[in-house]
Amino acid sequence: MREITYTEAVREALSEAMREDSNVFIMGEDIGVYGGAFGVTRGMIEEFGPERIRHTPISESAIAGAAVGAAITGMRPIFELQFSDFITIALDQMVNQAAKIHYMYGGNVSIPLVMRTPGGSGTGAAAQHSQSLENWTAHIPGLIVIQPSTAYDAKGLLHSAIANNNPVMFYEHKLCYRTKGDVPEGKYFIPIGVADIKRQGKDISVVATSYMVHKALEAAEILAKEGIDIEIVDPRTLVPLDKKTIVDSVKKTGRALIVTEAVKRSGFSSELAAVISEEESFDYLDHPVVRLAGAETPIPYEPNLEKLAVPQVNDIVEACRKIMAVK
Amino acid sequence: MSISIKNKANLDDAALIEAYRKMCLIRLFEEKVDYFFAKGMIHGTTHLCVGEEASAVGSGIVLRNSDWITATHRGHGQTIAKGTDINKMMAELFGKTSGTNKGKGGSMHIAEIETGNLGANGVVGGGYPIACGAALTAQMKHTDQVCLCYAGDGSTNEGSFHESLNMASIWKLPVVFFIENNQYGMSGPIKDMAMVKDLSIRSVSYGMPGITIDGNNLIEVINATFDAVERARKGEGPTLIEAKTYRWKGHSKSDAKKYRTREEEDMWKTERDPIANFKAELIKAKILTEAQDVEIQTKAAETIEAAVAFAEAGIKPNADQLMTDIYAA
Ligand SMILES: Cc1ncc(C[n+]2csc(CCOP(=O)(O)OP(=O)(O)O)c2C)c(N)n1
Ligand SMILES: [Mg+2]
Repeated sequence: MREITYTEAVREALSEAMREDSNVFIMGEDIGVYGGAFGVTRGMIEEFGPERIRHTPISESAIAGAAVGAAITGMRPIFELQFSDFITIALDQMVNQAAKIHYMYGGNVSIPLVMRTPGGSGTGAAAQHSQSLENWTAHIPGLIVIQPSTAYDAKGLLHSAIANNNPVMFYEHKLCYRTKGDVPEGKYFIPIGVADIKRQGKDISVVATSYMVHKALEAAEILAKEGIDIEIVDPRTLVPLDKKTIVDSVKKTGRALIVTEAVKRSGFSSELAAVISEEESFDYLDHPVVRLAGAETPIPYEPNLEKLAVPQVNDIVEACRKIMAVK
Repeated sequence: MSISIKNKANLDDAALIEAYRKMCLIRLFEEKVDYFFAKGMIHGTTHLCVGEEASAVGSGIVLRNSDWITATHRGHGQTIAKGTDINKMMAELFGKTSGTNKGKGGSMHIAEIETGNLGANGVVGGGYPIACGAALTAQMKHTDQVCLCYAGDGSTNEGSFHESLNMASIWKLPVVFFIENNQYGMSGPIKDMAMVKDLSIRSVSYGMPGITIDGNNLIEVINATFDAVERARKGEGPTLIEAKTYRWKGHSKSDAKKYRTREEEDMWKTERDPIANFKAELIKAKILTEAQDVEIQTKAAETIEAAVAFAEAGIKPNADQLMTDIYAA
């Protein structure tokens, strides 16, 4: 199989879906000749033209709302929110409109739209361009929330997102864009709501999301040398959540470490911890559930502080050692 | 006091030389930042305002120390013009505790409340309502302060622009909306993103005066801002100024500039350089000589070097500072 970047994988899914279905189109700031702030749509305006790769004004509320209106009338819009932080401006259309219209209208209309947006820190973009706010949408009934960590997952899940008849919030990560992985050519689907075991292990179930999956994989190599064998569970979709895979893993290992970049308090890590505690996995726990997550601070600019604000490989290593030290 | 170049603010020759010096200083500051950025010595991202110096200085010079500005992500020139400490600005970019924001904000968030700089903004259009709020303080406390709100052409398509102009207008808030129309919002040409020839036309919807000016002509900027600030100070309400200008550099750190031509860039750089053109005006008015200009350039370069030295001498925040300043005492 070929290796391509996460960016290329996302672009491939977009292009394949657009070639197949003329109802699929994209709106977003600078997605035309510029190719998007992170280069995801690079080259697409050349293939699909400005009608379907629609370079919008800087108007997040109108972009999101236009996607809703197009979706309920027969199109399958995708919009790129340049930074996930600007969900603050698009949120009314997602939360009060997109999420509820199907329900409020008695199930008589569907809203097949996808919002794609990069989240996360690590690029020095500071407090207003580095947040991980995916949990805001995960809280809202009616929205589907996906957070792929690898190129393979990104492509397969994006195809599923585009084919889905609900509003799907698709959170990419700036640091994932340059990661590479084996990705099949052509269309394939990864079902929404199915977690993936990124590494088999017997000692601790490390449930990690988005870029934290990569950090956990690195940590696993270090820990393996010390005889600690971690299992890495990547939920991939936050809503709906594949509780079974997580619960089964914890039943096997008896220990759970949750790693997310988002701020710990009221973040998705809280939800994951609650699921493990509520389900039958609770009876198998040899150690309290541990969470590693973003510090409860805005993301600082200075690079060392920025790193301290979110879990790093070494934090995962340390947390696992500590868990294993308890007999 | 002699006034060789007529202007509404009655700035004398010395003040205009000072304005010229500030424009030069801003350009050197930006060139230096560009250089450090390319060398990887400055982290994150920066949005440089080379080519837009007259807009910042011509508007900033009309303000009093006690007045306020809200700045944009492309705000180094705006903040320098308002009087923000240039040493602390450079230290901020270097991520030092001696920076304006203790190293926590970076280029997009430079703020210095004591000099009236209410902060640059990473959110496009984020400053409009904040400027209204500052103006509201002035109005409610019966001070005669004015808030000048900088914004880019692209930001005028955000809802916050429209909501804020309306609010400022109905409440007659002492605010001046100053749009630096550098023709592009990132890669979006404003001519494709708005169907009005001049953005100042949008003022009509909100019942306030609007004016489009050559933002690269220092005197024009001074005159328009002076009128708007006077009007605001007298309690007559807001004004929308659109200053047409051009950014010489890319939008931010990585920009192949595919959305515009090199010929267009060259035209602005050669024919409409705000600094070169104002220098020619000063020389023509016989208030500046080439020798004096060399001295100004040398001193400005020294000021920048001193800022770099100040920044380098600073210390990085330590781990204890991660959890400080999150809530006020
Ligand atoms: C709400 C929001 N949307 C998008 C962005 C990304 N972005 C940063 S600057 C910029 C262009 C702004 O254009 P303009 O207002 O003309 O200012 P200029 O950069 O030209 O000075 C964009 C799209 C942002 N920072 N905030
Ligand atoms: Mg602009």
